[in-house]
Amino acid sequence: MSAPPAVQTSRAPGAAFILKKALISALVALVLFSLMIGVRTDAGPDGQLTYWTRFGDLAAMVATVFGGSIVLELLRQWWGPVGTIRVVPPAVQSTLSLAGRLVAPVLLVFTFLVPVLFYNERYILDLGILVLTYVMLGWGLNVVVGLAGLLDLGYVAFYAVGAYSYALLATNFGLSFWVCLPLAGILAAFWGVLLGFPVLRLRGDYLAIVTLAFGEIIRLVIINWQSLTGGPNGVTGIPRPTLFGIPLTPGDDGLAAMLGIEFSPTHRVVFLFYLILALALLTNWVTIRLRRLPIGRAWEALREDEVACRALGINTTTTKLTAFATGAMFGGFAGAFFATRQGFISPESFTFHESALVLAIVVLGGMGSQLGVALAALAMIGGFELFRGLEQYRMLVFGMAMVLLMIWRPRGLIGHRAPTVFLKTNQAISSDLVKEGHG
Amino acid sequence: MSGDHILSVDRLSMRFGGIVAVNDLSFNAERRKITALIGPNGAGKTTVFNCITGFYKPTSGAMRLVHDDGHAIQLERLNDFRISKLARVARTFQNIRLFPGMTALENLMVAQHNALMRASGLTFLGLIGAPSWRKAEQAAIDLAQTWLDRIGLLDRADDAAGNLPYGDQRRLEIARAMCTQPALLCLDEPAAGLNARESAALSELLLSIRGDQGTSILLIEHDMSVVMEISDHVVVMDHGIKIAEGTPQQIRDDPKVIAAYLGADEEEAIAVMESGT
Repeated sequence: MSAPPAVQTSRAPGAAFILKKALISALVALVLFSLMIGVRTDAGPDGQLTYWTRFGDLAAMVATVFGGSIVLELLRQWWGPVGTIRVVPPAVQSTLSLAGRLVAPVLLVFTFLVPVLFYNERYILDLGILVLTYVMLGWGLNVVVGLAGLLDLGYVAFYAVGAYSYALLATNFGLSFWVCLPLAGILAAFWGVLLGFPVLRLRGDYLAIVTLAFGEIIRLVIINWQSLTGGPNGVTGIPRPTLFGIPLTPGDDGLAAMLGIEFSPTHRVVFLFYLILALALLTNWVTIRLRRLPIGRAWEALREDEVACRALGINTTTTKLTAFATGAMFGGFAGAFFATRQGFISPESFTFHESALVLAIVVLGGMGSQLGVALAALAMIGGFELFRGLEQYRMLVFGMAMVLLMIWRPRGLIGHRAPTVFLKTNQAISSDLVKEGHG
Repeated sequence: MSGDHILSVDRLSMRFGGIVAVNDLSFNAERRKITALIGPNGAGKTTVFNCITGFYKPTSGAMRLVHDDGHAIQLERLNDFRISKLARVARTFQNIRLFPGMTALENLMVAQHNALMRASGLTFLGLIGAPSWRKAEQAAIDLAQTWLDRIGLLDRADDAAGNLPYGDQRRLEIARAMCTQPALLCLDEPAAGLNARESAALSELLLSIRGDQGTSILLIEHDMSVVMEISDHVVVMDHGIKIAEGTPQQIRDDPKVIAAYLGADEEEAIAVMESGT
């Protein structure tokens, strides 16, 4: 026996430390809340100042902070310092990794079955369509933000261009959805290139500001160009999509009559569900394909180091433009779908709020991760509906959930990056190494 | 001096406002040879590099690059990525600039971007998975594999570049530059931060690049043991002007060079003199 038995070191701070911390927090709370909660002022009946004290509420508030501080500190000790590797039994680990690999296929199969399982629940079908629309938008923006590392705050502009392209082409020229869909994508991509040109020299915050402004410009043009877009009144009577020419209507030439089944309005909802699912999967497939092509690798290299890209002979201008155009094209497809689903569009649907929501989905999902974006869209849109019962606390719960998520997973739900090509082992790359891009 | 020059720098000047970083510099780099550019800190070596590789537009002067087939290109007329794409000049950086979040293999694949873009039919052939694209991609992977093997990183091909040790990152950056199939390879202090053994391996790698690929090399280096061992020709700069040039042997004995180093930095002067003995 040579070495003495190792003494248990680095004990967690004792009760005195926790109490001291809680006391300081309570003191700060007392100072802050004594005026905000402790004293209430109001105008009296004659306009004079009246005030009364609410020391009971104040005491409750301070006590909550005191107690909360203790609980927080205990929780922190229980979890251990950030980055501690806790020993997980191999069996659990392998189960977890298996579960991780199964998430995507299970989710996909479930999505395919949603219209079957919830055929009679219109609400769930509509929600599913909404979630899938945002999944598609998220995947589209992921090309620009996640892969190329270009912060785009005006993505809704392309969504709007797609929606108005379909709406105007269909109502004015009577073109069918299937003709308009590629046109909407091409027009949106064209606007993506138009936006791309002036902003190519900008980086980071400046790029974000210009794209934000671009989103607003498109919206304002739509509002003010009354003769073309109908201004704030929007476009009404947008034709519903057809199953390659067969309308989903109760008439004799409708799908139901042709198949000899009874007409139900749910048919159209189910059709729309599978339509957006197909569009979203197309987006996903193309993005995954593009990542493995030189253009996709150039996007990611651009995010990692633009100077090195130039030294390797990569044309950074066209590379950025293709990223903008590709992302915009998918936004345009989603916009065309949105227009045909709603039958009515107005500028109100294309506010900055939408851009922020889609960007939040991409960031929460883990920039660059396809599965992460899908999960984030499900959580953001589906979860938002889930909390509807909480009424006015809905936003609060939602905000808290986002803050917690950002503390635990600062690089999004799925932060690691999968390599696009490998020789022997396909190992994920830690998010610590992957750059976020700077413009 | 009627040698076969791959690069002729003629009266190159670069001013930043009132500061003259490079003043009327002329030198030649011979084909299939290693030319070293040395000088004390702040002599303007990296500025010359940035002019040659298109990161700066020189205030005046000409830089003429002649490919093996006799095709001549005036580098000062090209800018940005075109230097690498059309003139086939590749470079590495003083502070390593790999793509840290991509694997070593991916780094080498990105370097073959222009060739692969053509092979993928500007993405469209690649998107549908055409056989010609698959073949080109496999060829690119094979080339990357060859280079990974040469720099001894084949086992770490699937590791993130940012996770590799410093010396490996330096070699990977050189391999990445070589994957662009350059005519002229410009290395900015490739031995900086390497230990003696890694420096020796680097010298060997550079000699083999010159010998096997026939690539001409222009390098900036402070490590005199590397410079003296592998250079065919040395150009010495100080305060933006050329103060000497010649074979390593001639430079070693040049009093002007020793004075420049003595005047600039004692440590470097000692390093020069020690490696000269």
